[in-house]
Parts: sequence; C-alpha cells; structure tokens
Amino acid sequence: MSTSYALLGMLGGRPSYGYDLKHAYDVLYGRSKPLAFGQVYATLARLLRDKKIAVHDMIRESGGPERKQYAITPLGREDLEAWLTQPEHMTSDSQAVLFAKIVTAILLDKEPNIYLDTQRAAHLARMHELTEKRRTGDFAESLQADYVLFHLEADLRWIDITSARLRTLTREILGERQRLYITS
Amino acid sequence: MSGNDYILQANNVKKTFGQTPALQGADLTIRRGEMVAIMGPSGSGKSTLLHCLAGIFAPDSGEVWFDGKRLDTLSETARTELRRTAFGFVFQFGQLVPELTAADNIALPLLLDKVQRKEAYKRAASWLERLGLEGLGNRRSGEISGGQAQRVALARALVIQPKVLFADEPTGALDSLTGEKVMDLMVDIAREEGTTVVLVTHDARIASYAERAVTVRDGKVATNTKQVAGAIK
Ligand SMILES: Nc1ncnc2c1ncn2[C@@H]1O[C@H](COP(=O)(O)OP(=O)(O)O)[C@@H](O)[C@H]1O
Ligand SMILES: [Mg+2]
Repeated sequence: MSTSYALLGMLGGRPSYGYDLKHAYDVLYGRSKPLAFGQVYATLARLLRDKKIAVHDMIRESGGPERKQYAITPLGREDLEAWLTQPEHMTSDSQAVLFAKIVTAILLDKEPNIYLDTQRAAHLARMHELTEKRRTGDFAESLQADYVLFHLEADLRWIDITSARLRTLTREILGERQRLYITS
Repeated sequence: MSGNDYILQANNVKKTFGQTPALQGADLTIRRGEMVAIMGPSGSGKSTLLHCLAGIFAPDSGEVWFDGKRLDTLSETARTELRRTAFGFVFQFGQLVPELTAADNIALPLLLDKVQRKEAYKRAASWLERLGLEGLGNRRSGEISGGQAQRVALARALVIQPKVLFADEPTGALDSLTGEKVMDLMVDIAREEGTTVVLVTHDARIASYAERAVTVRDGKVATNTKQVAGAIK
C-alpha cells in the first residue's frame, strides 16, 4: 500500500527512472524487503493511469530499450500530502506505514514530528475512548479494551522513541539521498 | 476569545533556570471542567508548564490567565492565596505529613482556612469514604500503602473544592492497577464536581483518562496536538 506513496515521495524531490527508483527504494524504505522490478513498473503504471505522475522524458540508449523518466504531478503531490497528514489506524502493518511516512517526510525536507504528533494525537484519542469503555463496560469489555490499549501504547512508545531519534535518522536518510541522487 | 469558556491560558510562556531554557514559548488553553493531559519526554518542560499555570513559578515572559484574570503579574502573596483557595495539587509523592494521620492530612487545608475543627474532620471523614478509605482515618500516612497515600493526597487536594486540580505524575510511583484505581477516582470526582484537571504524565495509559492530550517538546506545546483529536477517518 505505502509502496506507491514511497515512489511518489522519491519523485517529490526530482524526476527519476524506474530502475533508479527501485534501487533508491530498497536503500531508503525496503532494507529488509526489496521491491521486485515487476512491482515497481506495475505501481508506476497505476500512478500514470491515475495522473499522479507523468512521463517527464524518454531516452533510448543505442540499441537498448526506451527508458522513461517520471515526474510527480500536482495531483500526485496533493495525494502524497494527504497520505502524510492522515493518521493511520493501528494494524499489524502500521509500523511499516509510519516508517514510510517518516522517511518520505525527511526526503521532502518536511518536519517528520508533525506527522508523528498527528498519529500520536489520533492514538491517544482512540485510547481515551477505550479507557472510557474500560471504566464503564462489563468485565469482558474491559479486558478487550485493555488488549487494544496495550497495543496502542506499544505503538505510541515506538512513536516516542522514533521522535527522540529523528536527528540520527534524518542524517542517515539525507546522506543516502545525496549519495543516490549524485550517482543516478 | 470568550473568557468564560476558558479557565486557564498560557500565552508564549518562557522560563529559564540558569542556562537551562525549560519553557521556550509555551501556549496552552484549557476549558472549564476539562481534563487535559500534558505529555512529553523527560525534561521537556511539563512540570515547569504546570508550575507556571498554577502560579508556583512566575514566568520570565509571556502571560498566564486564570478565570479571566492575569495570574503571572499577581504578587507572590496573592498567588499563594490563590493556590490555597482555588487550586489543588497532587504530586508523585512526598506531599503528606508523615507524622499526621490520614484524617489530619485531609483536614489540614480546612483548618488552615479557619474551618471549625469538628466540621473539618467531618468533611475529612466523608472524603475518606468517597475515596474508599473508610477505617484508615487514624493511620499515620507512613503506615498506609502507596496507593492509599495517593488517595489521601487526592482527598487533601479536593477537600477545599478547588476550581483546578493540578496533578504531576500522580501515579508515577504506583503499579499500574493501583495507578488506574487512583485515576478512576480522580476522573469520577472531577466530573461530579466539575473540577478542571491538569494532568502531567509521560504514561499514555494514564493520559488516556483525559479528554485531550497535548505534547510538550523542547519547552513548547506541539501545535498539532492541540486540537481535540479523533482525526482517524
Ligand atoms: N528548579 C530547577 N532548577 C534548574 N533547572 C530546572 C529546574 N526545574 C526544571 N529544570 C530544568 O528545566 C527543564 C525542564 O524541566 P521539567 O519542567 O521538570 O521537565 P519535565 O517535567 O518534562 O521532566 C529540564 O532541563 C530541567 O532540568
Ligand atoms: Mg516533571
């Protein structure tokens, strides 16, 4: 799900080729889960169809295949911003999505704490609802609410720790960005 | 802003201790009867903000408003009087007089306020009951558990029927079940009495008792946590 936003995030900085996007994705977002080329091109095709990216340039190296350079469109930028701003429900995948948002925010020279704060506020609002339920519900409801509360709390701790380590992460991501963009 | 809906307000409050900037332009507005949690990492300025809102510290600059009046420009004497009559305090520990009994500790603020002895102890007894501490009135505060001591501290803070209850890590020294019992009582009573509560905590489970949580970072209230959350679609 966040793959398309990761690609949009990388294109938010400058136009790029599919091959370079895959390579940059693997370094920036997917250290433990590299993208398959097929997935990159399928995602780019979908983004093109939805007019979130456009073909910026095309080159053909002597005898080789055509290479398309893609650029983000205003619509794509709007969609990317909406994704960054919208807090996530807690799912088994929410850590990966949040991480993708933080990396994207850093790549776009935005302040990642803004997005972490939004997520924190949304989690706390949900925790408040559950705490009310726990206080007023029957015993079984209380135990169920507790289960979700502990998971949200774990998410929040991760958010807090990440927020405290943003300086280091930012330095690393920006270092990689520079390296990738120079060698592309 | 209509002054009546808001009971407390900090505007661009700054406070430095020696070389340490504890608050660097904190803004916070608290509605009457609301319970707000102030969260944030250790050393971020949560307690300093609470102390400025409660008139314990005068900020170096900025404004603090309470109930439509400037608080930070009041004299030290006037602020002390306000704290004694309009504010209640619960801290992590150390607020009870250990040589006194639980009932003495609760009656103390009333006695200082020149309430008749008999009346003061009558009210203390009703607060002991309200906090589930029946039968413990004659125990010295050194002879009760941590959770019971925090409930006595809560009773002592509430016995004067304060407009605002300031609680700084009130469950910080308690295990989670005991802490939740204290919070359940705090929320129940604050709602019954319409007391505004300012709760400082680094613990999300404790903060989730509040209707609203704000985060303090580097001496400022993070602006995008100020909205009443609930933003998930
Ligand atoms: N009385 C004091 N004297 C000197 N420094 C202080 C004092 N109170 C707080 N500080 C400093 O101000 C900063 C904020 O402290 P505090 O408000 O207690 O943070 P928190 O409650 O979020 O842990 C910290 O760096 C702390 O060391
Ligand atoms: Mg503190």
